[in-house]
Amino acid sequence: MKKILALALAAAMSLSLAACGGNNNGGNSAASNPPAASNPSNSSTDPGKEENKPAIRVGAIYITSQNDVAGYTFQHHNGITTAMRNLGLDPADLIVVDNVPDNDDTAVANAIDTVVNQGADIVFGISFGYINAMNDKAEDYSDVIFSHGTGYMANDTNFNNYFGRIYQARYLTGIAAGMKSLELGNNSIGYVAAYNTDYAETCSGINAFALGVQSANPDAVVHVNVINAWGDEALERQAAQALINTYNCCVISQHCDSAQPQLVAAENNVFGCGYNSDMTEQAPTAHLTAAIWHWDVYYQTAIQAAIDCNGDASKFVENMSGNAYYAGLAEGFVDASPLNESIAAPNTKAVMDAVRDLMISGQWDVFSGQKLSYVIKEDGAVEVHTEPADLVDNQGNVIVAAGGPSVDDGVIKGSMNYNVAGVQEG
Amino acid sequence: MNDPINVLTLFLFNIVLVNIPLLYGTTGEIVVEKAGSLNLGVEGTMAVGAIFGYLAGCMTNSLLVGLAVSFLAAGLCGLLFALLTVSLQANQNVTGLTITTFGLGLYFFVGKGIGERWPAMTGASALVNGFAPKELPLLSKIPLLGKVFFSQNLLVYLGVGIAALIWWYLSYTKTGLRLRAVGENPGAADSVGVNILLYKYIHLVAGSGIMGLGGFYMALYMSGSFEGSNCWINGYGWIAIALVIFANWNPLMAIGGTLIFGFFNTLQIYSGPLAGAFPGVLGWLNAVPAQLFKALPFLITAIVLVASSVRKREGSGQPAALGLNYFREER
Repeated sequence: MKKILALALAAAMSLSLAACGGNNNGGNSAASNPPAASNPSNSSTDPGKEENKPAIRVGAIYITSQNDVAGYTFQHHNGITTAMRNLGLDPADLIVVDNVPDNDDTAVANAIDTVVNQGADIVFGISFGYINAMNDKAEDYSDVIFSHGTGYMANDTNFNNYFGRIYQARYLTGIAAGMKSLELGNNSIGYVAAYNTDYAETCSGINAFALGVQSANPDAVVHVNVINAWGDEALERQAAQALINTYNCCVISQHCDSAQPQLVAAENNVFGCGYNSDMTEQAPTAHLTAAIWHWDVYYQTAIQAAIDCNGDASKFVENMSGNAYYAGLAEGFVDASPLNESIAAPNTKAVMDAVRDLMISGQWDVFSGQKLSYVIKEDGAVEVHTEPADLVDNQGNVIVAAGGPSVDDGVIKGSMNYNVAGVQEG
Repeated sequence: MNDPINVLTLFLFNIVLVNIPLLYGTTGEIVVEKAGSLNLGVEGTMAVGAIFGYLAGCMTNSLLVGLAVSFLAAGLCGLLFALLTVSLQANQNVTGLTITTFGLGLYFFVGKGIGERWPAMTGASALVNGFAPKELPLLSKIPLLGKVFFSQNLLVYLGVGIAALIWWYLSYTKTGLRLRAVGENPGAADSVGVNILLYKYIHLVAGSGIMGLGGFYMALYMSGSFEGSNCWINGYGWIAIALVIFANWNPLMAIGGTLIFGFFNTLQIYSGPLAGAFPGVLGWLNAVPAQLFKALPFLITAIVLVASSVRKREGSGQPAALGLNYFREER
């Protein structure tokens, strides 16, 4: 009797496995269907003939939780769900694994397995450390699309990476900080950084901010305090306080997760530039503007490209016209959050808008041999002047000679390891 | 502007300001461990004390209510721990870890549940004022030390006061002596009529309550800004457990231990300014990797552990029955 029962159970199990497999294939080949209300139908023996499936199943792997109310994961989750809604997909169908540590390849691989086994056709991994696991799994699951945020690995078929020219946004926030320091007559500006020259991302951010500051106030010095963690509220707070107390900084900018530096700025009656989200809400009396991401811009592009693959995941990179997505102000991927005009220096908004237009036009970029300066006319109109000037690091080496072209994207993304003149660590 | 003495004063001032929550956690854990229980739930207990204390303090705009609620909320975590380990004889290590997971979960659950309606600390003037520096008369006039030790906020003085009080209680009172007996040899204490159950319950709850005060301190230090991805306590609870060993179960030593751990914690932020202010003497600080500052306190703890085990039991403050559940019938 027991044997019969065991046999029956085994049969039931293998049937249900087959059913799952059928679902997966169905998801891929049914991708051409118009976006429809999600309603995964019962498995059929003939995959690819199902009508009620969503155009695509999206999966994501998060470093913290989709239920966060602020921070990095929150921004990405917001971006993915917004993109899905715009494309007529139901965000409730998003397949998520939360709290995947980015220093544990096995955990990431398991999370990817989980998402793929639930039928995801495209998997987004948002943290840099997922890079190796995603690279391996892109090979294992050649019928699934993998897209890795902030990384540098990719292949020519189903695996790409994405990041943005956040340095352009930081340059804009630097203008706001520089103009405020000019108004206050205080040339000391602080920057709480997760890391400095260890990562091109942090390093280019500091440099772009400093160049923006100097375009408005050439005498300003940017003091950097490094906390050696992407997010640590206690250290962020200490670092901001130390910058204000030791260097008498009048503006505190940041590349770290929490709003603590802005709160510290508010408590000390100085000003600040945030990151990731518009922190005016947390520090209305201090926060000028923040460098922010519009992640939905990328996610919408990527999910659309995945839908256009019609089930052939290997076409994804071709549809994205390249395996490394790197967009900026022009695509609306990054920006400075709305300026807090009640506390910003006069005309700041006009200057920021003019420089934003200049960068969007593609005529000028941050790390080039052209320096910006501003002439503000009596009627408030702004004239942006460009003049050739050496781009020099703080050891005196010339990075780009006067009039020279912009530093390579590859350097900005991957290998920048110097600070420009006017940046002082410690 | 970069006056060397000013930088040094700021550095020392911040060592005290930022790290006092460690002292609360350590003192609380010493009370618990002296009763023979090893509670690894300090992190979670502090988180629970922090969030409920902060919310209550904001709602009533009262520092005292905040302190009381953080003590009670964390005390409830202690009660849960006592119920599980003392009455139900559950494994202390596992239960402690459970309390940490539970406490952090509750912290995020409550914080995210409140969401948009989260109260800002600027709306509770009593909390802002309560955490503002208060200069003690005369003492604060001492050069350097006056600013570092006697121009701090009320909760710093309270934390040091509690540590001193617990030291006196453990060393010089009859109940303190009995408590130590419970931790060393509950069977012997039981045989002379000490109510083990009562002693354990009271001190586990009280010790956890003290940890909760440290959580409340952390909440105020962070200006009550709830971000949802990181917890305010941020590992301080774990460091407190290491500090108990470092301080050899002595609350007075815990004050010193807190300052030493704090020294390295704050040094990673101030290494740059210090190197700039004293280029000749401290210029080398810029070359030290920050990871070393993060690791050093734990390295020292490891060395202290080795040293104390070489010394064997002599002079060690570790209760002999630490971590062992007391079951009367097995006496």
